[in-house]
Amino acid sequence: MEILFRALIGGVVVSAFALLGELFKPKRFAGLFGAAPSIALASLGFVIASNGKSYAALEARSMVGGAVAFFVYAYCVCVIMMKYKTSALLTSSALISVWAAAAFGVWLLWLR
Amino acid sequence: MKIHLDLAAVRRTKSCEYAIRFLFGGLITAITGIIAKKLGPQVGGLFLAFPAIFPAAATLLEKNEKRKKQRKGLHGARRGRLAAGVDAAGTAMGTVGLLAFALLVWKWLPDHSSWAVLGAATLAWIVVAISVWASIEAVRNRQRSHRCREFARGTARRP
Repeated sequence: MEILFRALIGGVVVSAFALLGELFKPKRFAGLFGAAPSIALASLGFVIASNGKSYAALEARSMVGGAVAFFVYAYCVCVIMMKYKTSALLTSSALISVWAAAAFGVWLLWLR
Repeated sequence: MKIHLDLAAVRRTKSCEYAIRFLFGGLITAITGIIAKKLGPQVGGLFLAFPAIFPAAATLLEKNEKRKKQRKGLHGARRGRLAAGVDAAGTAMGTVGLLAFALLVWKWLPDHSSWAVLGAATLAWIVVAISVWASIEAVRNRQRSHRCREFARGTARRP
């Protein structure tokens, strides 16, 4: 039940930030909303309520690694799409592996 | 470069596009919760900065830009892909704000009010993201005007 409620809140928050991103021009500015802390905002409230602040702070510490990985991912997507004009779906989906590699690299080196 | 608010974009977006974002967002948030429960907060926390909506948003943006060009009788594929690439550049700048959000929550949450910390961290995200964007735009504008001056002097190729 908690997972369903979490999914509902997550869907609403992510959609709200995506909508905000669509309202703004130029595109480069609108892109900022692609890295909004939507999942974090939807999840951290639940985590604080069920596991306490220290547990949530530990998740936020790991989120630092996730954010670094997100930068690497978005930079790679940008460079590849601008240079080779590849399809957005193909590039952004395939490069999720880059996010995973970078995130787990940071986790191995710093967070473990 | 000026920032414009395009309210008509709300009407242009199809209901299925809203549904896709809602589904992706909900799914990833639920998966993040399950991963944190199974593997602990150290691994689960990584997924709080997962590019959840990015592939769907970039694909929809590419499709919309392509559609716009096709209405004018052009192919539009190249334009759509470039627009998605530019959007990714903005997202890369936004991740610096996301990093600020995570750092603030990590450092401040144990000793301060939860809602105040989440509010301050969200504010920090938007301030840092916009500052990075504005700084990079200022550098780009300076480079562009420098190239224009050189072109006017005849020492460079057309910018």
